[in-house]
Amino acid sequence: MNHGAPIVEFMGLYFNLANIMMITIASLIVFILAVVSTRRLELKPTGIQNFTEWVMDFVKGIINSTMDWNTGGRFLILGMTLIMYIFVSNMLGLPFSIIVGHDLWWKSPTADPVITMTLAVMVMGLTHYYGVKMKGAKGYAKGYFEPMGFMFPLKIVEEFANTLTLGLRLYGNIYAGEILLGLLAGLATSGYANGFGSGIAGTLGAIVPMLAWQGFSVFVGTIQAFIFTMLTMVFISHKVSQDH
Amino acid sequence: MLTSGYVLGAAAEGGLHFNGGDIIFQLVMFIILLALVKKFAWGPLMGIMKEREQLIANEISAAEASRAEAGKLLEEQRELLKTSRTEAGQLIENAKKQGEAQREDIISAARAEAERLKESAKREIVQEKEKAVAALRDQVSSLSVLIASKVIEKELSEADQEKLINEYLQEAGEER
Repeated sequence: MNHGAPIVEFMGLYFNLANIMMITIASLIVFILAVVSTRRLELKPTGIQNFTEWVMDFVKGIINSTMDWNTGGRFLILGMTLIMYIFVSNMLGLPFSIIVGHDLWWKSPTADPVITMTLAVMVMGLTHYYGVKMKGAKGYAKGYFEPMGFMFPLKIVEEFANTLTLGLRLYGNIYAGEILLGLLAGLATSGYANGFGSGIAGTLGAIVPMLAWQGFSVFVGTIQAFIFTMLTMVFISHKVSQDH
Repeated sequence: MLTSGYVLGAAAEGGLHFNGGDIIFQLVMFIILLALVKKFAWGPLMGIMKEREQLIANEISAAEASRAEAGKLLEEQRELLKTSRTEAGQLIENAKKQGEAQREDIISAARAEAERLKESAKREIVQEKEKAVAALRDQVSSLSVLIASKVIEKELSEADQEKLINEYLQEAGEER
């Protein structure tokens, strides 16, 4: 499970080509899904438009549960894109992984801490940006001294802790899922090197846990997409609502 | 290698490189994706959802308005019905009253007519009676003259006289 990554250096920056590819694929899938589902918009929705509208209502529900719609309405598109991008990313690594040479090419982009931390930092950056924008620099700074002045150091720690947990929670769940899937796949296939009998035994032994774990991974991937979006909205609401 | 791989994740594999390129790429891709889906998917979707909301709100208000109008019309019709009903009652009442009056009129007129007829009949009867009495008187006087002349004509016995008188009286009665 410790495959290498196809890393290249370009203009002083290191690029993991597998990540680049998977990010692009995930983004493309989300884009195509979104465009296809909204190609023929009708007042009476049918088929996939229904589904997308359900997702939108779901995200609306998330936003409404954390802040009022007047302030939260502008984050609807962010929430929609986040939940779909992370969900698609989580699902990408489930059906198979592709290893070329010693490099792992096909995986979930979210099974990489760099990617998840990028998303998390981006979200936390947005919360600070909207905090300053909607409450003013003074109101934003005041947020660090509430409810009492001595909370300031804790609040600072909280910011970093939130960022870290937001990114690493997603990464950990998906990465662990992929590792176990890889192990099970290894169990199913590697026995054939020693002989046909042990190969069959390994395959039979791997089928049931493989099925179970893939199902569970679908569940985990969905839940993690939801949690990431939910926490994004919670952090934003902490920064932008007036009563905090 | 194994430990470092777990501790530092994929970012650190293959030498301890920090994958700044991935970060930038992810960020840029996400922002591009955000802009694209906003323009091509979520924007129109939100538009149509808002439109639907508007439509439903319009429909509801239209339905409310038409319901209010229907209520108003119903009230009007009810009012109209009530007035026409009272009018009809009044008409019937008037007709009844008029009929009553007419009946009274007719009855009183008939009564008066009957009274008048009775009166004239009575008068006629009296007249006739007087006429008859006068005629009788005339007859009686002429008879008595006749009787007297007869008596004078012949001397009669008392029995004859009686017989004679009776005879004449009978005669007079027959003439009547």
